[in-house]
Amino acid sequence: MSVTPTAISGRSQADDHAQRPKVAQRLASFADIWLPRIVLSPTVLTSLIFVYGFIGLTAYLSLTESRLMPNYTFSGFSQYSALFEIDRWWVSATNLGIFGGLFILICLVVGLLLAIFLDQRIRAEGALRAIYLYPMALSFIVTGAAWKWILNPGLGLEKMMHDWGFANFSMDWLVDSDMAIYTVVIAGVWQSSGFVMALFLAGLRGIDDSIMKAAMVDGASLPTIYRRIVIPSLRPVFFSVLLVLSHIAIKSFDLVMALTAGGPGTSSDVPAIFMYQFSFTRGQLGLGAASAMMMLMTVLAVLVPLIYLEAKEARHGR
Amino acid sequence: MKLKQIVQATIAATALIAGAQVQAAEVEVLHYWTSGGEAKSVAELKKMMEAKGIVWKDFAVAGGGGENAMTALKARVISGSAPTAAQIKGPSIQEWGKEGVLANIDAAATEGKWDASLPKVVSNIMKYQGHYVAAPVNVHRVNWLWVNPDVLKKAGAKAPTNWDEFFDAADKIKKAGLIAVAHGGQPWQDATVFESVALGVGGPDFYKKAIVQLDPASLTGPTMIKTFDTLAKIKTYIDKDAAGRDWNLATAMVINGKAGMQFMGDWAKGEFTAAGKVAGKDFLCLTAPGTEKAFTFNIDSLTMFKVKDADQQKAQLVLASAVMSPEFQEVFNLNKGSIPARAGVSRAKFDSCAIKSMDDMDATSKSGGLVPSFAHGMAIDSAKAGAIQDVIAKFMNSTMTSQAAVQALAKAAKAK
Repeated sequence: MSVTPTAISGRSQADDHAQRPKVAQRLASFADIWLPRIVLSPTVLTSLIFVYGFIGLTAYLSLTESRLMPNYTFSGFSQYSALFEIDRWWVSATNLGIFGGLFILICLVVGLLLAIFLDQRIRAEGALRAIYLYPMALSFIVTGAAWKWILNPGLGLEKMMHDWGFANFSMDWLVDSDMAIYTVVIAGVWQSSGFVMALFLAGLRGIDDSIMKAAMVDGASLPTIYRRIVIPSLRPVFFSVLLVLSHIAIKSFDLVMALTAGGPGTSSDVPAIFMYQFSFTRGQLGLGAASAMMMLMTVLAVLVPLIYLEAKEARHGR
Repeated sequence: MKLKQIVQATIAATALIAGAQVQAAEVEVLHYWTSGGEAKSVAELKKMMEAKGIVWKDFAVAGGGGENAMTALKARVISGSAPTAAQIKGPSIQEWGKEGVLANIDAAATEGKWDASLPKVVSNIMKYQGHYVAAPVNVHRVNWLWVNPDVLKKAGAKAPTNWDEFFDAADKIKKAGLIAVAHGGQPWQDATVFESVALGVGGPDFYKKAIVQLDPASLTGPTMIKTFDTLAKIKTYIDKDAAGRDWNLATAMVINGKAGMQFMGDWAKGEFTAAGKVAGKDFLCLTAPGTEKAFTFNIDSLTMFKVKDADQQKAQLVLASAVMSPEFQEVFNLNKGSIPARAGVSRAKFDSCAIKSMDDMDATSKSGGLVPSFAHGMAIDSAKAGAIQDVIAKFMNSTMTSQAAVQALAKAAKAK
């Protein structure tokens, strides 16, 4: 451990005046180097153990025959081959592809459009912003439960339309095996696009007005200005939005649980639910760990190229 | 391996702290009986233990149909401080037995003559390698068909006793503009209907061969195909909003006269009685079509874990004896809607459905019609049961053919 600054300053008072600046200087440089490290070390240590340590443990468990309880005898890749044999795993993976792709795409488009519309110096902008951002304040469980009622044919939208006399109106995606995953997309987009809007709006506000004005003087129309100048300069915002949305998509558990519980049947199952059930209710810890590792690979496959691209951009200084 | 040492040190420390807290004889019971009637039943057990001077340490973990409780249990067992007993049932008892953490309670069983008062099918489940490790608290019967007689009267149908009559009644109810079969499209409910249909179509011997022993020929044979065909036919009488519906909402549809019949275990009776309905008058408890000579049981039990000190072990045996005592079995099951697991409990306070359940249990335990419920984790280990449940859920919610279903079933039965 280092000596605390106060102890040293206490001693330096006893020293003669000539030495003090030197000591203080050395002390300052010492503190500059070490203080941040000391302050950060608990955080670094805990994240090392509780994030990377446990990722390592999960990786190891996925290479064992663990059933009800962890069992540390190594057994190679048998859990992975078993995992790829299970139809339900592929259903989950496909659903993640459908949900992740659509959710990210629609959130981006809707969020960006909302942000651009709000950026036109309209009245009551603050109120509108709050309204669009509000769903973010709910937990996914609440969102899921609410949309479950809205989309239930016997209780929600369909019944309401029938009561109003639209007898042919049909919205039964929630109870249709082929369409259930799209209801998850709807609820997810409803909850997250406001948040995406807020990020883009912040980015838009950061763009220098003089560029816009110069373009207007050159006779560019507003859509062209957005297309050629504004949106390209939002690149870093796109990056952070993608980062946030993709991890929301991959770890989505509570939303699906509350909305469809993976049903009808297992038609809207996602890897997170698969992992939970196999690890904790079916006594197949090794298999669950293997599916968790597959999810990690997915996250890495999405994020590593993104981070690399972003880092490259930053180096070239655009 | 620094990390390992840190983990071991932490575990040792927790174990020490946990150990230091142990005072006089106490039992710590991990359970998920947290709903109204169940909590009342557990309070009875607590009273009985405290009357014997044993401290009751409640370790209730709600939610997830016991999943959360099991996760808590694993953490405790890994850290070397298992509770005295935990609510574990069926083949899971064997899974825990393999981990080598269960306590032998033969002493209590011999003293209480458990072998004589439990059907052999039941006592086998409570034993690991021939020794008692668990005490049963109740028996739920799963193969019931709950019927609203008013709906039958409106439709001009009569109470069904076999499949032909069942589908005839269902047709008439449908024609009357009501829902014939109240159902909630959740995997465990799909499995509940499936097992009653398999039992009704193929009989107990087929059920045991196919669903308990997972014999490949029976799993893919004509009887199983007929089972799925019957299921497919039942599907046509279920309303399309059933997906994801909770079982008690489906029961409410029968209670309110919106629907005619429901396949469900006897916990559904609690919903009827809570709504002020009388068994035999406002609702009928029939055995599922073709299963009157059979009985699918779902038995909750308290499984005992190895505890270190001698006082604790004594307290554990007292707990086991208390659980099996006729007094406790009566109170617990009156609250829960189930029937006692053991013979020799007074029947005076039970209703007609429970009495029928008791009579049938006695008869079927002699005739071999007493079979473990697959949908409720009594027949096969959780990995295989889960895989089979996935197949049934898929069949119930898609256009899968019966042929494809039996092939998928055979594949699922091989799940490790």
